[in-house]
Amino acid sequence: MNASVEELLALADDRLVLGHRLSEWCGHAPILEEDIALSNVGLDLLGQATRFLELAGEREGRGRSADQLAFLRDPTEFRNCLLVEQPNGDFARTIARQVLFDAAALPELERLARGGDAELAALAAQAAKESRYHARHTRDWFVRLGDGSEESHRRMQAALDFLWPFTAELYAGRGELRAELETLAAQATLELPGDPDFPASGGRRGTHSEHLDHLLSEMQCVARAHPGAQW
Amino acid sequence: MTSEDSQWPLWEVFVQEKTGQPHEHAGSVHAPDAELALQAARDVYARRGPVVSLWVVESARIAATAPADAASFLEPGPEKIYRHPRFYSVPKAGKSGKKP
Repeated sequence: MNASVEELLALADDRLVLGHRLSEWCGHAPILEEDIALSNVGLDLLGQATRFLELAGEREGRGRSADQLAFLRDPTEFRNCLLVEQPNGDFARTIARQVLFDAAALPELERLARGGDAELAALAAQAAKESRYHARHTRDWFVRLGDGSEESHRRMQAALDFLWPFTAELYAGRGELRAELETLAAQATLELPGDPDFPASGGRRGTHSEHLDHLLSEMQCVARAHPGAQW
Repeated sequence: MTSEDSQWPLWEVFVQEKTGQPHEHAGSVHAPDAELALQAARDVYARRGPVVSLWVVESARIAATAPADAASFLEPGPEKIYRHPRFYSVPKAGKSGKKP
């Protein structure tokens, strides 16, 4: 069975929002090489989002292009998970957010790549290839910083503790993800937090944190100020 | 923090564009170790065109001639032209695929 528009928007919006967050690092990363690396990951995610949005627009059948879906929808129409809209914080928090996102996103892409929705499978296979590299890079940093200096360890653990409640809606019903992350966290000498008392969710239904409003107002301002402009 | 400890070591990057071709020097990146040097090299030098293989080597590990040595080391006598294999036309297949 083919993926619904809602499912495609979830795939696309996760990547659009996370890609935008990474673009905020451009010119601000701790070192030039990492500035380029984060921008590259962000650009990959933006490319994936564009393709998923194109497919969503086609299946929706209302003639909306990827640009229209990206730049002219309101926050409540976005289907991204709450994790990806959380602000960058320090470098540790950005890395932790990537690792937690990829832990769920990569197996999902691999599942879709083997699935029966041929159009989506092709897009997912390409995205999985890119995401495998992203995971290699950010997991590397996760272990380095966790098992690094006293300060980097403290910041990485704080990032993990802060972001963990936002993984609930991503990891729901997927116990194997926690097991896999336990192994990685052990390597990084970090502790995975317990299950949160109040797991955050709602992103998939369009109930977002305030951060998404601010992000979208910046991301969409040019397109909204100049409707129909081509660039 | 001084400028000395804010920079990671320099690594030279060599890029192979096609199997069988030589790895050619593309530039350099800063990285704390080989794995991150490879990743930085990939992001900086392998994104724009086809690349099949990357090498990185820490710049400090490269032994190089000193400019002062050039005369005795690299110019063994331009008058002895018989030392220079300039009189053959090299068949195309023997070249590395690049124009000299």
